[in-house]
Amino acid sequence: MDLLDFARGPALQVALAVFVLGTLWRLAGVLLLPRLRDLSPAREGAPAPLAGALRTIVRRMWPRPEFAQATMFMTINSWIFHVGLAVVVFGLAPHILFIRNLLGLHWPALPSNLVYGVGVVTLASLVAVLVRRLRHPVMRLLSHAGDYISWLMTALPVATGLLATAHIGARYETLLALHILSIAALLVWFPFGKLMHALLFAFSRGATGIRFSHRGVEV
Amino acid sequence: MNAPASTTLPKPNFDRQGEQGYQERVDAAMRSFVREFGVTAALHMESCVRCGLCAEACHFYIATRDPKYTPVHKLELFRRAYFREASPFAPVVRALGLVKKPTIDELQRWQELIYDSCTMCGRCTLVCPMGIDIAELVKEARHGMYKAGLIPERLALMDRTARQWGSPATPAEDLPDILQEVSAEHGVPIPCDLAQADILVTAAPAELGDHTKALADAAKILNRIGVKWTMHQEGFDASNIGFNNGDMELQERLTRALVDTAVKIGAKTILLPECGHAYGAARWEAAKWYGAALPVRIIHMTEFLDELLASGRIRVNKIADSATFHDPCQIVRRGGLEAAARRVLAALGFELIELQDAGVSGFCCGGGGGVVSNIRATPLRAKVFEMKKAQVEATGAKRFVTSCGQCRITLEQGAKNTHWTKKTESLLELVADNLAQ
Repeated sequence: MDLLDFARGPALQVALAVFVLGTLWRLAGVLLLPRLRDLSPAREGAPAPLAGALRTIVRRMWPRPEFAQATMFMTINSWIFHVGLAVVVFGLAPHILFIRNLLGLHWPALPSNLVYGVGVVTLASLVAVLVRRLRHPVMRLLSHAGDYISWLMTALPVATGLLATAHIGARYETLLALHILSIAALLVWFPFGKLMHALLFAFSRGATGIRFSHRGVEV
Repeated sequence: MNAPASTTLPKPNFDRQGEQGYQERVDAAMRSFVREFGVTAALHMESCVRCGLCAEACHFYIATRDPKYTPVHKLELFRRAYFREASPFAPVVRALGLVKKPTIDELQRWQELIYDSCTMCGRCTLVCPMGIDIAELVKEARHGMYKAGLIPERLALMDRTARQWGSPATPAEDLPDILQEVSAEHGVPIPCDLAQADILVTAAPAELGDHTKALADAAKILNRIGVKWTMHQEGFDASNIGFNNGDMELQERLTRALVDTAVKIGAKTILLPECGHAYGAARWEAAKWYGAALPVRIIHMTEFLDELLASGRIRVNKIADSATFHDPCQIVRRGGLEAAARRVLAALGFELIELQDAGVSGFCCGGGGGVVSNIRATPLRAKVFEMKKAQVEATGAKRFVTSCGQCRITLEQGAKNTHWTKKTESLLELVADNLAQ
């Protein structure tokens, strides 16, 4: 078994198992905690809890106008790398093929040159947020080792994917194996670090949306 | 020139209550922290991506640019307690020592961040991309600090007083005399301890001291509409110091005093004073302590005035002046009365010129959450006051109005210290002074 076979085979299988089980464990561990019912009477005209939750889930995609200036870099840069990651993961033909083999789902691919360009921009955007984390006094104070690991686990698949596509640095098979191994690492790390916000964001925003819509406040 | 060497060590920014040993304090805090983690608190602990944007919403950070005032950083020990003891991977976290247990030294140092530099105003909650309600988590963290005997001494003193008197400033037995004096001074009857009434009227501590006119103002309006109302020794102070301090036992006791007294006298409504935290504690949390849907309606003075004006039960003379309004956090951002306050201002005929940050996103006065009573926080509060003052002046409005007595005290203190001549006016007082026949 060469490196590529190992990456495509056991490494990815183990990683997927850890990803699925770990994610389910963490989600269940939080969502099954005691739920305290809000017994206070709702504000007259308050929306249904689900409507309040959905509103905040959508509304928090961008900042309120009064925070737009102070949060501009983070907002724009975060949009760039989130959209960039989505385009790269779901737009490249080989990725769609991989997902088709795994789940049976598929859709039309984007032109590979376009995806490559988006990949470069995404990586640059990730580097920008890392620089900010290392330099901005607030982010530096808040950051834990896990934040840097999460950054690395996100950036490595993008970087190795770009290298594999451009055939730079090693044989294609080796680069591809490294790319797949980096994805395996990402999947293994996902349930344990903050990358879980990819799922948790909806619950977290939703809980606040429910709390405040009950009071007649749009947050 | 070098500063002369100090012969005394700087005063530590923490106080301790009780005789517990260090380990007992840490254990008490941890036990309390862990009990707080229901599904919402846990989701909010889990979702932070450490983006730091909450700093950009916090008046204490904006006024100082000191990163330690970043709202989510104030929760660092609470976060560690969560990941070590309550998170889905807690056993692994503990076994591998991935997150350190808070130490007594850290708990003591965090007291300043949890009490002196957080008013639980929740502006950070508005900016967080994950929607984390940081203010609520700070309130929950305070429960642990209280259990550990690690709260600012001034707040602890008020706590002890409230446990004894039912109010942090006034013994219950003094209430009839105070009301009699206010009644005589302003020529308005103020009923006390009636055996039966439809509305139980409550006060904020300042209204029993510096702002007694507020009692007369409320009485004037209540007497005008001809309802049967009373104040009552058994439940008269709605400010709920337990809510601010993290003393849940006291919070429950003070909440029950209000609800039980209302039930006892057959009141259908508890009227809260112009006080922000009273609204937070009673309107949204009373049912939690009561354990069931409340048998009474709890209503803030601003809502009450709004309803009376809308229904035509009272009318007011128009004031031909411009005004700006300070939105009390617990009443507006965390309470939902933004529109009600503005309708009352409009009824008074004010030309409203909004502050740059107004309504739900208005800046806190800097004194909420007990910070106004915490002498240690005075210099920090002064910096925050400067921000509010600049925004008020930028409007060019003639009058400056708010609807929370604690905000008013904070703003009046700030004005006094900076020789600012702008008076902070009460919405209730304006309505009472301009009641039309």
